[in-house]
Amino acid sequence: MTNYSKIYKSTHEAIKDIPDNSSIMIDGFGAGPGGTPQNLIKGLKKIGSKNLIIIGNTAGITMATGIGIKEGSKDIDISILIDNNQVKKIIASYPVAPSPSILTSFEKAFNKNEIELELVPQGTLAERIRAGGAGIPAFYTPTGVKTELANNKESRIINNKEYILEYALKADYALLKSHKSDKIGNLIYKGTSRNFNAVMASAANITIVESEIILETGEIDPHHIHTPAIYINRIVKSYE
Amino acid sequence: MNNKNKLSREAIAMRVTKELHNGNVVNLGIGIPTLCPQFIDPDKFIMYHSESGVLNYGEMASERREDTNLINAGGQYLSWDNPGMSVFDSAESFAMIRGGHIDVAVLGAYQISTQGNLANWKLTNRKSGNIGGAMDLAIGAKKLIIAMEHIDKKGNIKLVNKCSLPITGSKCVNTIVTDIAVIEIINECMVLKEILPGWGIQDVQEITEPKLIIDKNLKEIQL
Repeated sequence: MTNYSKIYKSTHEAIKDIPDNSSIMIDGFGAGPGGTPQNLIKGLKKIGSKNLIIIGNTAGITMATGIGIKEGSKDIDISILIDNNQVKKIIASYPVAPSPSILTSFEKAFNKNEIELELVPQGTLAERIRAGGAGIPAFYTPTGVKTELANNKESRIINNKEYILEYALKADYALLKSHKSDKIGNLIYKGTSRNFNAVMASAANITIVESEIILETGEIDPHHIHTPAIYINRIVKSYE
Repeated sequence: MNNKNKLSREAIAMRVTKELHNGNVVNLGIGIPTLCPQFIDPDKFIMYHSESGVLNYGEMASERREDTNLINAGGQYLSWDNPGMSVFDSAESFAMIRGGHIDVAVLGAYQISTQGNLANWKLTNRKSGNIGGAMDLAIGAKKLIIAMEHIDKKGNIKLVNKCSLPITGSKCVNTIVTDIAVIEIINECMVLKEILPGWGIQDVQEITEPKLIIDKNLKEIQL
């Protein structure tokens, strides 16, 4: 059965059923384009689904700031979805540009109350997503204790230390970027582009990956696989 | 008083490196902290960690070898050539931080209170701030060093009795290295350990809100 394949013939085919009101995890550290599924994001703009909840590390800061973008490149981020009025809410740890003088698409919309924000510390965001994919409904963490993020959260003292309760995050879809994938969805990421990719893979109902290289099943050494195929539903070839 | 000499950002970073010891795992925040590696004694082995999912990174990549797939948390390109480097996902990266595996974090600050509370993620005139990894690092690193200018560009005091800005972490700051002094937080007091030549204790106190405790062995800042 090695002919079994999750490969879709185009980006459009892989994402065309994403409906309005979906929650979507979109990877990328956000400090530059590494790990960002740019073709899937462009495809999502084309199909135009509205009222989306986007879960990611940033709310799209690379296009406005140029952070991590090579000169002359045409890298994009989720700002194009915000500009297209497709996003109602962002869940992120680093939503705005480091400098207040640079306004991203998100911050413009946020300042006009056109978009909601749920701000989450980066480690809590990663762990909430990990928990979502691992069947853990909630967990206690020391991060954020006594800050304004702890307001209205349950807290508990364990071994004389205070912790707050954080709930798992799941999504309808996850959009990932990998360096290599075989036809059943065993993935390898490159360098720091693994970041949220490998965590989000397990936390969505339907996980879609764009991969720079697509290999025959069996071509990747089992020891070298970062994300096992169980988490991947659809694969498309990434193009520059 | 404003005409007195102050340490440059590089010199602050240079002083911070004296707090980093052989074999330490160190996470450096954006700004002055990222200037530290160039001043490390070459006999010391330091493993740098970055939230982006990399441990034991080395130099920045040369311009021709920049790769968007190898960055630090500030989006700077790292070199692929450091022996012993490893890469991992974000959940693991923050397990290292939250789990107490980082020896030292060096961050910047807007305000620090005498209890050791840190405020460095949100300013009052902006509707949102960025937390990124700061809240995890503040409570997760075994030692938290703050590298910053003693007062802000507008002359506002940053070492305060109580933070007026939203805090990043409670009772988390250990050592503060500024452009005029080195201060340690001990038992919820600010203890003046080192002072820049040309500055008197009273000069430092005037731009520090909490009453400073003067260390018995108060020294001049040595770089």
